Amino acid sequence: MTFNQEHSIPFWRDDRFWKIALQVIAVVVVAAFASLLLYNLNINMQRAGLKFGFDFLDNQASFDILDSVAPYSAIDETYKSVFPYSPTDNYARVLQAGLVNSLLIMVSGIILTTIVGIIIGVFQFSDNWLLRKGSELYIEVVRNTPLLLQLFFWYSAVFSQLPRPKERLDFFGALYLSKRGIFMPWPATNPLLWFSLGLIIVGVAGGIWLWFWRTNLIVEKGQSGQTQLWGLWAIALTLIVVILFGLGWAFPHELTLDPSQFDARDTERFAACVAETYQVENLSNPTSEANLALYSKCLWTGNFEYGLRLSLEFAALLVGLVIYTAAFIAEIVRAGIQSVAQGQWEAARALGLHSDSTMRLVVFPQALRVIIPPLNSQYQNLAKNSSLGAAIAYAELYNVANTTYNQSGRPIDVMLIIALTYLSINMVISLTMNAFNRAVQLKER
Amino acid sequence: MIATPPPSTGPIAPPPEIRDTSLNWIKKNLLTPWYNALITLAIAGLAGLVLNNFLRWAINLDGDPNKAQWNVIPANLAIFAVGRYPDEQYWRLWIALGIVAILAGLSWGVVARSVKLFSRNVLIGLAIAACICFLIPVPISPWRLLSVTMLGLVAGSAWLGQQLGRKVPQLGQYTSFAWLGSFLIYLWLLGGNLGLEPVRTGEWGGIMLTVFLAIISILLCFPIGVTMALGRQSELPVVRWFSVAYIEVIRGIPLIAILFMGQVIVPLFLPEGMRPDRVLRAVVGLTLFSSAYLAENVRGGLQSIPRGQEEAAQALGLNAPLTVSLVVLPQALKAVIPAIVGQFISLFQDTTLLSIVGLEELLGMSRSILANPNFIGRYAEVYLFVGVLYWFFCYAMSSGSRYVEKRLNTEHR
Repeated sequence: MTFNQEHSIPFWRDDRFWKIALQVIAVVVVAAFASLLLYNLNINMQRAGLKFGFDFLDNQASFDILDSVAPYSAIDETYKSVFPYSPTDNYARVLQAGLVNSLLIMVSGIILTTIVGIIIGVFQFSDNWLLRKGSELYIEVVRNTPLLLQLFFWYSAVFSQLPRPKERLDFFGALYLSKRGIFMPWPATNPLLWFSLGLIIVGVAGGIWLWFWRTNLIVEKGQSGQTQLWGLWAIALTLIVVILFGLGWAFPHELTLDPSQFDARDTERFAACVAETYQVENLSNPTSEANLALYSKCLWTGNFEYGLRLSLEFAALLVGLVIYTAAFIAEIVRAGIQSVAQGQWEAARALGLHSDSTMRLVVFPQALRVIIPPLNSQYQNLAKNSSLGAAIAYAELYNVANTTYNQSGRPIDVMLIIALTYLSINMVISLTMNAFNRAVQLKER
Repeated sequence: MIATPPPSTGPIAPPPEIRDTSLNWIKKNLLTPWYNALITLAIAGLAGLVLNNFLRWAINLDGDPNKAQWNVIPANLAIFAVGRYPDEQYWRLWIALGIVAILAGLSWGVVARSVKLFSRNVLIGLAIAACICFLIPVPISPWRLLSVTMLGLVAGSAWLGQQLGRKVPQLGQYTSFAWLGSFLIYLWLLGGNLGLEPVRTGEWGGIMLTVFLAIISILLCFPIGVTMALGRQSELPVVRWFSVAYIEVIRGIPLIAILFMGQVIVPLFLPEGMRPDRVLRAVVGLTLFSSAYLAENVRGGLQSIPRGQEEAAQALGLNAPLTVSLVVLPQALKAVIPAIVGQFISLFQDTTLLSIVGLEELLGMSRSILANPNFIGRYAEVYLFVGVLYWFFCYAMSSGSRYVEKRLNTEHR
């Protein structure tokens, strides 16, 4: 192609011209559209008397939100939210409380749904017909009904129908369910707790390192790895002992019902309750028969101390999200395992690996490559779907932000806060999972 | 737990099936090895317990207030179906449903033109559907007749479609255009004006609104989604950045926040005096949301097309727009039909979120029914019924798409 011929092409048929022109057109169109919208926004906001800016975050919020996860605090003698908030705090504080509630749901939801999803996914390869069909039925039912409907069902038809505190359900004295919430065991705050937690982290990290070292020894050097196996067992045993006894588990303790077992503190509390409920200042003999009948309201059936209190909203949202997302994860796990060619199983058997080593060393690492990318988007879905907690009165970020908008009349600012927060949460999930993905991808040359 | 590898899906034919006696089958699938017997026992026990409790609750012949009271369903059937649509205008909805039935039958007949139309399974299905239509506990008897007539229309036009399809094989393309064209007729029938009494969108509701929202959103999101997918794959950096920014921002925000934006913020961006109604604002939110997801699905299809296709088209002298529209896009879209159907199903489920921003689609309608003092506390009954409805729609869509996919996908094999 000579210089002359190149110039004889009219510019509208020149690829290079269009490449630049199209980009200019795209910029102009987007800029014009954006400035039109901003112009309208400016006019509309001026007329409605709305302002833009984040100074409103310092104003008093004056609305209350329900506690979600509240461990028992021995100092305050009550269940205290993990992120204390009172209506006198400002909007920034209430939005932070909403964020904490959202993160609580996301983290516990992702952990639980992974466990449940993998189990259900593996069930689909079981020899047991009932187990296989049961898990298929579960997946079909859950995936074909809307999440919001499932959340309403869990909240209104299951958790809100729990009995009144007086008839609370009791599971082995460790777990109590009633309208007042769910009471479960939880490590009590003590100086040993931090030491034990540190020990657990060190133990887990050491165990993982030992595990990889052992696999490496077996695969690369053909050693038996027996010594390392003993090390792993020792670490596991130590961890179990530390978890059971080092954390200082406190079981929810139902306040005593029998006046003959009242100690001094119980009597004092009983008197205080009576004084508050019946406006009686002086109670001569609070535990006499007649008084007890009269003051039956102050017998603390279904009232607890110690342990951890979960609100019904938290429980319903967690159960709903975990059950919904687990169905999708189960399908991902199934597809991942099925993607490993039959020959890989047979080759592993031919090498003399038995079934758990086949799974661990041959099939699972290959399945993981197929599993992780869709798992990433499921985790992000769970994080985004946690905003549906707003529909069942769970005080998560969207819910709190919506109330903030209604009170402060700052639609744009609140929307920006919501969008940026969820975008950054999803980015953190995505970056973590991508790093994990790179670690397990096939390394070629 | 994993004792056997998954069944191979390769070209090797499976070994001949050995006929088992039922006793052997039970022994093999439920009882061996020993832990399977324990698992079977545990599951059977649990399922039995749950089923027993459920049946005890669900079957309530003596009017026990602690058990299920199903009267909330038949009493509100019309509201579940069409919301607060005025009674005297129901005939318009029946006509719209009739057109849908005829078109559905025609398309079915055309797609299945080469096979026996009324096989045994289809006949059984039709008979069951007819029985259900006839037994629906509606107070007004013409409804039963009308719903059976709809089934008759489907069957009749399916037969007609098959006959026509055999004579005119190109009919398949015309049916898709007929579907698009009929949409305007539905809009007119539903909304009124132009000679019909107008019905405000505030009076639309129930299944009707759910289906309407899902269909109009998927139709609108299609052009945006395909454009964004092409933009993301484009070699022009500015176009790519804009597309990536749009897709990633929308995908990073929860749908409920986008719907909130549609309800509250979109009116702020519009010129003075322009305030679109609630249904339209909801459609804007849903469309924005699902176009970003559709773009990602279509991008998957675009990436699956080998580069040689594009190069071959260029070698033939096609310019960039023609290469995309004649060579790349048709193949890419065909490859992602299952993903698009999956997305349609999730969009159908996502319309439930509109109940949070105050629209009375199926879930929102059932919440209003539950707020009625006559039916207070009937949560489990209503939610189970609505759940069955959603399940039925979604399951029908996914199995229907699998069927069509198998019929259309004749060339690869």
